[in-house]
Amino acid sequence: MLAFASLWLAGCAARGSDTHTLVFWTFGPEGDAVIRLLPAFERTHPDIHVEVQQLPLSAAHQKLLTAIAGGTVPDMAQLGNTWLPELVALHALVPLQQRVDASSTVKPSDYFGSIWSTNVIDGQLYGIPWYIDTRLLFYRTDLLRKAGFDAPPQSWAQWRRMLAALSHPRRKIYGILMPTNEYDQLLSLALQEPEPLLRDGNRYGNFESAGFKRALRFYVDTFRLHQAPDVTNVEVTNPWEEFGRGVYAFYLSGPWNIAEFRKRLPADEQDDWSTAPLPGPDGPGAGLAGGASLVVFRASRHQRAAWALIDYLSRAQVQQHFYRLTGDMPPRRSSWNSPLLGGDPKLRAFREQLERVKPTPAVPEWERIADMMQQVAARAVAGELTVDQAAAEMDRRADRILAKRRWMLDHAEARR
Amino acid sequence: MNASRAAWLFLAPALLVLGVFFLLPVLGALLLSFTDYDLYALANLHNLRFVALGNYWALLHRPLFWAALGHTFYFVVVGVPLSMAASLGAALLLHSRLARFKPFFRTALFAPVVTTAVAMAVVWRYLFNTKYGWANHLLGMLGIHPVNWLGDPHWAMPTIILFAVWKNFGYNMIIFLAGLQAVPLELYEAARIDGASTWRQFRHVTLPMLGPTLLMVAILTVSGYFQLFAEPYVMTEGGPLQSTTSVLYLMYEDGFKWWNLGTASAEAFVLFMVMFAVTAAMLRLARRREAA
Repeated sequence: MLAFASLWLAGCAARGSDTHTLVFWTFGPEGDAVIRLLPAFERTHPDIHVEVQQLPLSAAHQKLLTAIAGGTVPDMAQLGNTWLPELVALHALVPLQQRVDASSTVKPSDYFGSIWSTNVIDGQLYGIPWYIDTRLLFYRTDLLRKAGFDAPPQSWAQWRRMLAALSHPRRKIYGILMPTNEYDQLLSLALQEPEPLLRDGNRYGNFESAGFKRALRFYVDTFRLHQAPDVTNVEVTNPWEEFGRGVYAFYLSGPWNIAEFRKRLPADEQDDWSTAPLPGPDGPGAGLAGGASLVVFRASRHQRAAWALIDYLSRAQVQQHFYRLTGDMPPRRSSWNSPLLGGDPKLRAFREQLERVKPTPAVPEWERIADMMQQVAARAVAGELTVDQAAAEMDRRADRILAKRRWMLDHAEARR
Repeated sequence: MNASRAAWLFLAPALLVLGVFFLLPVLGALLLSFTDYDLYALANLHNLRFVALGNYWALLHRPLFWAALGHTFYFVVVGVPLSMAASLGAALLLHSRLARFKPFFRTALFAPVVTTAVAMAVVWRYLFNTKYGWANHLLGMLGIHPVNWLGDPHWAMPTIILFAVWKNFGYNMIIFLAGLQAVPLELYEAARIDGASTWRQFRHVTLPMLGPTLLMVAILTVSGYFQLFAEPYVMTEGGPLQSTTSVLYLMYEDGFKWWNLGTASAEAFVLFMVMFAVTAAMLRLARRREAA
């Protein structure tokens, strides 16, 4: 009993003296990297102790919502920028514009415009971009050259020709790998079209627009022509090795794969692959403005300390160090002005595409809509639906998902 | 203090715990199923609407829900008999006088039950990989064309059923073993003297004596299999083309992934009603057979 009491007292004392313990949630491999960046920060801020809690990415969304519902949010977190609208709708995040105005490090004009804008919701800034994630083409230079192409594709028509030349379905060789349960590939193509994905103030789906249907048709045709295998990522156990063996000449994926390919392919194959910006319908196309931002929670009692850490993590040098540790690409142009990033030929395509990325609709339901879009698209790939039927089905389902949002908006207008 | 009051006093702590941690949440979920509780309601309770039976009505008009219900029934209708046959077969083998190393096999066959479903599902995912899995490798040696086990909507559910049967049969096997050991040996002796073959002994002695055990195992297995979740969650993520999305998986997605707790609660209660109806029907059937 006495032992318990003394333990309890000790616990209270520890909590009493340690008021500046900052709880920071990370999702995915970034947590390990942050821990290595922290000693330098804590040296200059001896009053702040940062506690990094690493959570698996697959459980992140659920964990965040449960924490908000239960009032157990951390002080700050890393957050996928498509999740921001949802957390803003829940009033969970603190606006950061004033902090940015007072900061000498975070300069909005230095950030890639579209990436910055994914953090602005209804005119308020809620997050500071931490790293960027866009999807583009990894391709086998040697295979393309052997087939008579000396440059990666610029337009969909060129791309189609290359895919046709590089696919031999009978030998189980395909032009490209696009797992049918990942929405990023179709979404990347859809963003290259001028029409928005939702219409009327994000109240209804806009999947029956001519542009989206064009993108969907290109996507579905790639499978129908057997230029991509109809598989989900559950079945693809080792895409890197298969890419190395020439099973796929193209791989539409994200920046983390640069590090993976460098690690997993033998040294003498390293000159046989490269990256290219996504081809568009007619000429270089747009891409996905994905990535993660750093946010501060409204319930946090250490908002000043949390901002100090964000400020530190936003420095160009720290971002370069972070890139070295994780392969995650920095969102600031000045962070790219180093030989490490600017001089890497395999990064050039990313640098180029980052100026052309486009954000997805900023509604809390977006993640669900994107998921739904892919489920319907997979049916079209399997031949159960035509492109027109699939687009109509997507609109029908999107409208149902957005029903509550419409009610909320109409309700708010009526009150006004 | 009279006896009944004393009894209530002793029961009170248990009842309190049951009430707070069991009855109350269920009541809460029932209330939730009459509202459109979602993200917006979590942000501000003013955004919560009472929709009465609206969620249930919407479910009946949602093709995906019917598909999920169909997949769940498929899993139960095929999986339960297979699972029971496998466990009864294994129990008979282990019970037979000819079996050697009984303790070893008893442990080995029970092992899949105690290992975690997630770890085992990951292993099976590798075994049934289309290109590199052992399953197709074996088929290849027999000259059979490779099967796209988890990637073909027609094969994914059978593969999952196979996995579930393998994972769970050991549990029922132990119950059957206990049942078999309770059958008096004199009955077999009498049957043998009457000249009954092994098959007839099984048909007319073992099966009737196992009757109550069979019913119990059937009900436990059916209610367990209706709650199909971990297998598709780890092995297929509900795919391909949502062919392995069960009602519980749909509920998980609606509730915890998209935070539509109203819809998810309605799904939970529909599943409960279905399970209740099926179990009641099984009990009634068994009682009628007993009376006959």
